[in-house]
Amino acid sequence: MTSETSPKGERRSSRGFRREARYGLHLLRKNPIVLLGSIVALASIVLSLSSGLFVDPNSWKTTHIAVRLCWNNPALNWNLRNVYDCSGPTTYALGTDSYGRDVLRMIILAIPLDLRVALEIVLSAVLIGTVFGGIAGYAGGSLDELILRLTDIFLAVPSLLLAIVLATILGRTLENLTLSVLITWWPTYVRLMRSQVLTEKEKPYVEALRAVGAGRVRILFRHIVPNSIYPIVVQGTLDIGSVILTFSALTFIGFSPSPLIPELGNLVNQGIQFVFTAPWLIIFPGLTIFVVSLGFNLLGDGVRDIFDPRLRR
Amino acid sequence: MTEGPLLVTREAVLEVKGLRVDFHTYAGEVKALNGVELTVEKGEILGLVGESGCGKSVTALAIAGLLPQNAEVVSGEILLEGRDLLRLTKEELRLTRLGEIAIVFQDPATYLNPVISIGAQITEILTSDRKRFQAELVGAGLKELQDRTEGKPLSPALEKEGRRLRSIEPSSRLRRGEVKRLAKLLALSYLRMVKLPDPARVFKMYPFELSGGMRQRAIIAMALARRPKLLLADEITTALDVTVQAQILRLLKELKERIDASVILITHDLAVVAELCDRAAVMYAGNIVEVAEVTELFANPLHPYTKGLLEAIPRPDARAELKSITGSVPDLIFPPTGCRFHPRCPFAFERCPKVDPPLVEVSPGHKVACLLYGG
Repeated sequence: MTSETSPKGERRSSRGFRREARYGLHLLRKNPIVLLGSIVALASIVLSLSSGLFVDPNSWKTTHIAVRLCWNNPALNWNLRNVYDCSGPTTYALGTDSYGRDVLRMIILAIPLDLRVALEIVLSAVLIGTVFGGIAGYAGGSLDELILRLTDIFLAVPSLLLAIVLATILGRTLENLTLSVLITWWPTYVRLMRSQVLTEKEKPYVEALRAVGAGRVRILFRHIVPNSIYPIVVQGTLDIGSVILTFSALTFIGFSPSPLIPELGNLVNQGIQFVFTAPWLIIFPGLTIFVVSLGFNLLGDGVRDIFDPRLRR
Repeated sequence: MTEGPLLVTREAVLEVKGLRVDFHTYAGEVKALNGVELTVEKGEILGLVGESGCGKSVTALAIAGLLPQNAEVVSGEILLEGRDLLRLTKEELRLTRLGEIAIVFQDPATYLNPVISIGAQITEILTSDRKRFQAELVGAGLKELQDRTEGKPLSPALEKEGRRLRSIEPSSRLRRGEVKRLAKLLALSYLRMVKLPDPARVFKMYPFELSGGMRQRAIIAMALARRPKLLLADEITTALDVTVQAQILRLLKELKERIDASVILITHDLAVVAELCDRAAVMYAGNIVEVAEVTELFANPLHPYTKGLLEAIPRPDARAELKSITGSVPDLIFPPTGCRFHPRCPFAFERCPKVDPPLVEVSPGHKVACLLYGG
C-alpha cells in the first residue's frame, strides 16, 4: 500500500508550487518598481553573504593617514583640491575617508552589518509579536489587558527618543543599540498579531478543534498562528528598510560604539565634518542607506501583493 | 407490565437529565433548554428533530461541553456512561472530548483548518495521545504488511518487521519517525473507510481543494479516528447537495456499525429521521416533547406538535392544501407559562398554561410530554 503515493499526487503539488511561483513572477512583471526593489534587496543580501570575498572583514581597523580624504577616480572629477597627496598606485573608486580607508570597501562591509542588525531586530520583533500577541489575543481577559497596556507604554513615547534613552542607559555597544531599537519596535507586532488572532479564534475550525479536545497551546500555535502570520510577515519585510533607517539614524547622531565601525550611519557621521572638502564621504554611504531601505520597502510591497487575497485571481 | 415483542434492555451510553441552559444576553435571559430529558442507548442512532431555534444544537454543544461564554447550565446532569460531564474539571473534560465524544458540524467548509493538509489534520489526532492510539497504530502497521504481501509468504525482511511490530508492548515508547509512519498508514485507512477516492492524494490536499462532500467525509474520518463512543452529528448534510446528502447519511450508518458508536443525529428533516434513525426525539422550544421508536413515532404520533410536524410534510399524491402549524416560535426570553406549546396547540385546555407537563411513558419506549396523556 505504500506504493499508493501516486505520481499523480506528486505532480499536482509540484504544479501548485510552480503555479504560485508563476503568479508571483506575473505580479513582479506587472509592477517593475517592485521588481527593481526586489533585485536591490536580493543583491544586498547576496553582497552581505559574500562580502568577505571582496574585502578583508578586519580591514576597517587599519588606518592609512597618508592617503586620507583622497579622491583620484578619473571617471568623476569633483574639481576639489585633494588636501593630502594621493598620487599613489591605487585608484579608489569612491575615494577614501578621513582615516585613509577605501570608502567603497567600507560600504561593502557596512551593508552586511546593517542588514544583520535589521534582520535580528525584525525577526525578534516578529517572534515576540507572534508569541505575546498570540497569547494576548487567544487568552483574552486580564492577560490581554496586561500585555496591551505594556505595549501602550512603549507606543506612548516617540520611538527614536526612547531608543536614544535606552542606548544611553545601556551603553554604546552594537548589541545594546540593537536591543534598544528592538525594544521600541516589538509593540506594533504584538498588536498586529493580537488583532489577527482575535478574528481567527472565532472561526469554526477552532471550535472544531476544541471539540476534539485539542489543548490550548496546540490550538494557538499550531492552528491559529499559521493562519494569521501573513500580515506579520508582510509587516516584517516592509520594516527591514525602516529599521535600517532608524538604526543608522542612531549611529549618525553619535551612538556608534567606535568612530571606525563600518556602519552606514556612522560613515555619514564621520564624513559630515568634511562635507565641503570631501562630499563623497556622505554622498555614497547616504545613497546606500537610501537604496537599500527603499529596496526592502518595495520588496515588502511585492510580498504584500503576493499574499493579498483581494488581488488574487 | 406489558412486554413489547423482544424488547431487549440495552445499556444507556448517554443520559441527559433535567438539563436547563440559559443564555445571558442584552435583551434578557434566553431560556434555551428547559429541562431536557434524553437517553441514548448503546449502538443506536437517535434522531433529534425540531424547528430552528428549538435547542437541538444547544443540547449537542452542552453534551460536548462547548457552550459559548454567555451560556450557563442552570441545572441538570449529563451522564456519559454514568460519569457526570458537568462535574468534570476542564482537563478531564478535554480528555473526554478527545476520547469519547466526537462532534461533526453543519458546514464542512469552515470546520477544517485551511492551512494544514487533510492528512496532517488526521495524523495530528492520532499522534496527540500516545497511550490511547499506540495499539491501533501498531495494528495499522501489521495490516499494511499483510496487504503488501497479499497472502503470499513473507520475505525474511518483512517477516522480521512483522515480528518486531508484534513484539511492541503497549507501554513501550515508539520512535517519533515510526509513530509518524504508522499514523499515516492509519489515517489513510480512515480516509479509505469514508470512501474518499484516491486517499493518498487526498491525504496531501488542503481543504480548499476538496468539494463539500469530500470535506464532510474528511471531517467524519477525523471524528472516527478518535473511536468515539458517542458521535454528535449536527445537521451534517444541510450544506450539501441532495445527492451527496444521501451518500453521507448512508456512510454514517455504515460506519456507526463498524466502530460501534452511538449517534445523535440532529436534523430538521423528518425524511432523514425515518430513513436512518432507530429512535427519534422531537424538540420544541427547549423541551423534548416526544420520544419513540421511529416506526412508532410516524405511525402513532401523540403530541400535538409532532402531529402538526408530520402533517406539514408535503406529499406528492395529496390533493388537499398543505397544513401547517399556526402561530410562530415563542420568544424564549419570555416563554409561555406551563406547556410551551399551548399558545399554538389546537387541543389546549385550561390546565395547559398552568402546568409544565413532564415526560411520561405512555406505552413501552414511547414517551410524551403532554397533559392530554396524563401527567
